[in-house]
Amino acid sequence: MASTIRVRAVASGDTTEVQSLIRHPMDSGFVKDAKGQLIPAHHIEVMQFEHGGKTVFTALWGPAVSKDPYLKFSFKGGKKGDDLKVSWVDNKGASDSLMAKIQ
Amino acid sequence: MNDFPDAPYYARRTILKGAVAGGLAGFGFGSFPFPAFADADAKEWPADAFKHKNEADTLKALYGKTAEPSDKISLDAPEIAENGAVVPIAVSSSLPKVTGIAILVLENPNVLAAAYKIPDGTAAAVANRLKMAKTSKVVAVVESDGKLFTASKEVKVTVGGCGG
Repeated sequence: MASTIRVRAVASGDTTEVQSLIRHPMDSGFVKDAKGQLIPAHHIEVMQFEHGGKTVFTALWGPAVSKDPYLKFSFKGGKKGDDLKVSWVDNKGASDSLMAKIQ
Repeated sequence: MNDFPDAPYYARRTILKGAVAGGLAGFGFGSFPFPAFADADAKEWPADAFKHKNEADTLKALYGKTAEPSDKISLDAPEIAENGAVVPIAVSSSLPKVTGIAILVLENPNVLAAAYKIPDGTAAAVANRLKMAKTSKVVAVVESDGKLFTASKEVKVTVGGCGG
């Protein structure tokens, strides 16, 4: 199955800028479907980025994060060719992870 | 031959088993080509902090502290959000030793939208997209050197982000 994670990490000098886009419904639990039933909350809870065996960013998300969540952040120390591990886990226990290369 | 002439038979078998197990374990770790990466862990999720309806309780639950305003936080959000389901919001700060950033939407059913952990070496900046139920004050919270600081901005929402 294709990954839900799309990530672009670009090193410039000693700073790596990371942008990620995750395919996920991020249902808030407040929206009703066509039959009037509440669609249960289904959202990513924790997202983590790791480089060189160290966590460089952690996102703690609630139901108010938009569908197909986008994120951008930067960290020091990455360089072109390095591995960046991206992983997430949601409130239903589903998860996905991807090993990306810094460009 | 038998290195332990005085040891009972079962002790020799235990030593052999331990040696084989140790050897296998060593082989296993040695064959990994990259350092072990841990995955996102659901246990890190601050469930209680996401339940509160006001700023003070949320910050108490999330950081255990109260906040004061700061002009060293830059909160980038549109004046008017055309689509409350996807409001691009960015926060950055020049405060020192930033370890966390959180974003609150005060008129949402639960006020905490997102929180971020910023380790040493990571920039004090994040861009994300949040849902806003209606026109609301958005509060950016920055944890700097153990203290909490906030900056806020009113964002008008024309079409609410809760699908109705």
